[in-house]
Amino acid sequence: MTLSILKERKDQVVERINGNETVSCSRESLAGAVSQRACVFCGSRVVLYPIADALHLIHGPIGCAAYTWDIRGALSSGPELHRLSFSTDLRERDIIFGGEKKLEAALDELITRHNPKAAFVYSTCIVGIIGDDLGAVCRKMTELKKIPVIPVQSEGFKGSKREGYFAACKAMFTLVGTGKPENISPVSVNILGDFNLAGEIWIIRDYLKKMGVEVVANITGDGRVDDIRRCHGAALNLVQCSGATLDLAKMMKEKFNIPFLRVSYLGIEDMAESLYIVADHFSHIDKDIEEKTRQLVKTELEQIMPEIKKIREELNGKKAAIYVGGAFKAFSLVKAFRRIGMSVVLVGSQTGTDEDYRELAKITDPGTVIVDDSNPRELSDFIVKKGVDVFVGGVKERPIAYKLGVAFCDHNHERKIALEGFTGMLNFAREIHNSVTSPVWKFHPARLSRVEEKSSEVCCG
Amino acid sequence: MAENHVSTTNACKMCTPMGASLAFRGVKGSMPFIHGSQGCATYMRRYIISHFREPADIASSSLGEKHAVFGGAPNLKKGILNVTEKYNPEMIGIASTCLTETIGDDLKMITTEFLSEFADLDLPHLVTVSTPSYSGTHLNGWKLAVRSMIEKFAGSSPALTADNTINIFPNFLSPADIRLLSGIFREYGLKTMILPNISDTLDSPSWEEYINIPEGGTSVNEIALAHRSGASIEFGYFHKGESAGSYLEENFSVKNYNLLPPVGMRATDALLSAIEEITGLERPQRFVNERGRLIDALVDGHKYINFKKALVYGDEDFVVSMVSFLCETGVKPVIAASGGKADLRKRIEAICEGFCPCPLVLEDSDFDTIEIAAADIKPDLMIGNSKGFKISKKLGIPLIRAGFPIHDRFGGQRIITTGYEGALSLLDLIVNTAITTLQEETRVGYGYM
Ligand code: SF4
Ligand code: SF4
Repeated sequence: MTLSILKERKDQVVERINGNETVSCSRESLAGAVSQRACVFCGSRVVLYPIADALHLIHGPIGCAAYTWDIRGALSSGPELHRLSFSTDLRERDIIFGGEKKLEAALDELITRHNPKAAFVYSTCIVGIIGDDLGAVCRKMTELKKIPVIPVQSEGFKGSKREGYFAACKAMFTLVGTGKPENISPVSVNILGDFNLAGEIWIIRDYLKKMGVEVVANITGDGRVDDIRRCHGAALNLVQCSGATLDLAKMMKEKFNIPFLRVSYLGIEDMAESLYIVADHFSHIDKDIEEKTRQLVKTELEQIMPEIKKIREELNGKKAAIYVGGAFKAFSLVKAFRRIGMSVVLVGSQTGTDEDYRELAKITDPGTVIVDDSNPRELSDFIVKKGVDVFVGGVKERPIAYKLGVAFCDHNHERKIALEGFTGMLNFAREIHNSVTSPVWKFHPARLSRVEEKSSEVCCG
Repeated sequence: MAENHVSTTNACKMCTPMGASLAFRGVKGSMPFIHGSQGCATYMRRYIISHFREPADIASSSLGEKHAVFGGAPNLKKGILNVTEKYNPEMIGIASTCLTETIGDDLKMITTEFLSEFADLDLPHLVTVSTPSYSGTHLNGWKLAVRSMIEKFAGSSPALTADNTINIFPNFLSPADIRLLSGIFREYGLKTMILPNISDTLDSPSWEEYINIPEGGTSVNEIALAHRSGASIEFGYFHKGESAGSYLEENFSVKNYNLLPPVGMRATDALLSAIEEITGLERPQRFVNERGRLIDALVDGHKYINFKKALVYGDEDFVVSMVSFLCETGVKPVIAASGGKADLRKRIEAICEGFCPCPLVLEDSDFDTIEIAAADIKPDLMIGNSKGFKISKKLGIPLIRAGFPIHDRFGGQRIITTGYEGALSLLDLIVNTAITTLQEETRVGYGYM
């Protein structure tokens, strides 16, 4: 079977043989390929969006704002200003004469109406072209409105999501250190890189609380401006995921000398491991913390394991494909699938780095296909070729999976079910089980032809 | 009041290239292509996929920083070649974006250049449309894309004798509505050229293996014959230069009927009368019966809904046609709001004439403004897309979902609103919504309503 990979993408796809493979990555998307990637603005928006008491104003034409209105399930326990979509909605005359005046007026009216703790102003592609001086407008409004008005340099064309993460970190970093870090326990952390999808950050906070660890700031899930301003008072930064907020942790390390640990809350192994390294970090201050953590992990496991075992029996031997935004998540998912008896036969990400792909090649089974910045056509070919039972991805991948008769689990920013923590692992197992065991696949033409192929293989072979 | 806000909060519109991409989806073997940076195409795909639950490939020229400075032509050309190699389309529909319009890329020029550079290759048809979002909404993009296809293809085949095909420019309706409409013409025994025809391409059956470009849609060859059709019927409001029907009338004397989208009794009557005027055919008994059933249902349901106040919002054509239907049922439209512009007040006034007072009309509006108006006027129900849910929840007003996008319910692509059938199904929803409220509000919880 020949796979349809565009020539120029050939080295962005490899099949694992000995675990030493590398995947070419960090390239611009190829013109005309239907990339699943987004833009710089998207990256910034993902990271900053959950800060619930800030005003998020998108400076540009309407589309960029319309398509990002409340699309993510980042929950807040209080204010919900982040769920509104504000745009300067630039029109022809603004493009011709410049949008600064409109931006200023928009900030003025919105800050007066909503009383936010800070305002983030995102620039979109067109702003980069018409040359509005975002910084100047923001400085002026900061003075006038007496709140931080922060420019986010996120012109879409200036790279991919990762550059957007960096722009967001730079924007947040202007807040860090501007608040008073008083009354903070020496056993304290900031949670970085969790966006509180489906309330996940609350699960993690709960674990940390049981371990006796104070959380100073959520960055950014259920986030608050004032917490971020004083988060330099925390003793440690926990950075999750593919580095959406890694840059911020690095900046804080440099300026405030706060160490950071990279963690993952997905899957049993990684979740437990993450808690243990936190305990280890603080064990010289709190002698009991390691014991408390062991107890916590034990209790949590006791609660979820019986059901996971049952699910495992039914899923044993099935095959999974993973295509996610960042590669770090893929690491955890590979392990999580092993837990429920499944093997991963295809794994890829939109924005993985060289290092990420080396790691993936190491932890996956021989024969696993590894891809960078893939597209629907390619993904489908692999799904069919590898006989995938379930696909893990985002909303853009869902219809392809379903059209080809493959079960699906939404593991993107739009998910509505908590997948982090021990509870999350159980939810994950249930999600996979729920989709894989549905009777609907029995009717699906693509599945039926798979069965036929197999049986003809058997009788001919 | 919020109408003079400088900024837009919670937009009640989408951007122009998205409308164009959707329209290009309704042509056989066609691939939509957005000339701009990658983000726009990806966002639009996500938005479209969430509504239709269908794969929605849209290619992008993926411009980066240097292209934004030096022009996007090289990437566009490379993109066309790549799409051609990978998808083997019959047509590529290329829409510009805010970015490429502002840096001054001329799509027509670039594609002409491209075609002569690669004259030796077997290339797909290239259709271009200029769609900067700062001067329009998704609906304008849709109409402009249809017009550009007609301008490009109609008349490119030699005009044989006129035949009895009718051109239909349905505008943005659901795939199920397009199926329903083509059924109406089939009942008359007529051939149609529906542009675009998204009935299969955006609502396709399961696949046996990967399909590059969804099957279905109107072919370029059929479009090429549009100039010899018996007449054109187009639904909705068209700004200057947007109407494919007028283009055919002006250049090829194909008579154009501009009608309201056929939602409700009067608009459906108008459609059938137009068909009969064009063809001289009699009304099929089926429609006489359907119309009779609709009247019967209107009577059965009227007491539940008379004087109920409704908020209608969405794209400009959806709003006008929905207001028209509501008037007929006794429901009083009190707010009619759209993010687009289409001379709404005058047209809505005319439609309400003789039925009810003209509602508050909000044009070029956003959901924030709509919410302020709704909090003031307190409608009993809302009709529109998913994006009104926030208001519905906050103000406790039941929401009947129709239009685009439907992101928080299942089956948006199958909602029907057109013809007598569509009116009936809408009426059922409206009456049942009123009954639900009644049932929930009374402590007894009547089991018979
Ligand atoms: S830049 Fe223009 S075309 Fe792109 S998403 Fe924004 S509004 Fe739409
Ligand atoms: S215009 Fe630029 S910033 Fe906006 S969605 Fe498109 S690529 Fe992203």
